[in-house]
Amino acid sequence: MSVFWGNIFLPLVWMALTGQFTFANYLIGFLITSLALWMVHKPGEVNLLIYLARLGRWLRFSLFFLKELTVASLRVVNDILTKGHGMRPAVIAVPLDLKSNLEITLLASLVTLTPGSLCLEVSPERDVMFIHAMYVEDVEEFRRQIKEKMEYQVREVLR
Amino acid sequence: MTLVQLAIYLAVLPLLALGILRMPDIYMRMSCNAKAVTIGLGQLLLALALHFGEIGVTARALATIGFVVLTIPVASHLLGRASYLSGQPLWQQTSRDEWGGDEAAPRK
Repeated sequence: MSVFWGNIFLPLVWMALTGQFTFANYLIGFLITSLALWMVHKPGEVNLLIYLARLGRWLRFSLFFLKELTVASLRVVNDILTKGHGMRPAVIAVPLDLKSNLEITLLASLVTLTPGSLCLEVSPERDVMFIHAMYVEDVEEFRRQIKEKMEYQVREVLR
Repeated sequence: MTLVQLAIYLAVLPLLALGILRMPDIYMRMSCNAKAVTIGLGQLLLALALHFGEIGVTARALATIGFVVLTIPVASHLLGRASYLSGQPLWQQTSRDEWGGDEAAPRK
């Protein structure tokens, strides 16, 4: 925690020393103090590196989401345009390992935004999520996909 | 680039309308329209941002995309939940319904 505040306030000292109270100078001070703190502390404690790692995780999460969105949309579009229905819909109960409100909300949004699946309900005990999906060939496989792909990504991004 | 995005937007909307007509039950209709709106609106706003290329417009377009992505799943989740609880039938080829069989959340 002291490293965190040090990284926030030491740039102010830098601004005082250089005599320029501008935002750009704060950023320069931030970089320099990050470098100084990085030399004496573990990398996991320096703000700049934490922010960069978090940014990287959000970028990876966005790419994952865009990929899911595109692949699943094409499947739904294919079903809309071709004759007959290739859907195998089902309402599936997926056990939840996520605990906090934020994590469950993010997972529910992710499931709902992926075409072909719709989050219907989270049980009052918050341990099961009921998902309506359009393409369920194998129930166990579907559960495994939700857990390993989506739940894993949600946990990674909020870590 | 802008043209590509406008083309996607213009392609997605008729597909959405067609999807609402073609899908056999309310859950699948919602499955396709919520995402079509997200994709379509996202592309339209991106095209807007690229066309003007100003920071103010871009920031507002990105913020709008963020709000759309945050709010549309909530709306469709609530609509789906409400339709299920009010007894909207599932398509007859639905292979299983694990919510209905669960005492934790009994079906009305």
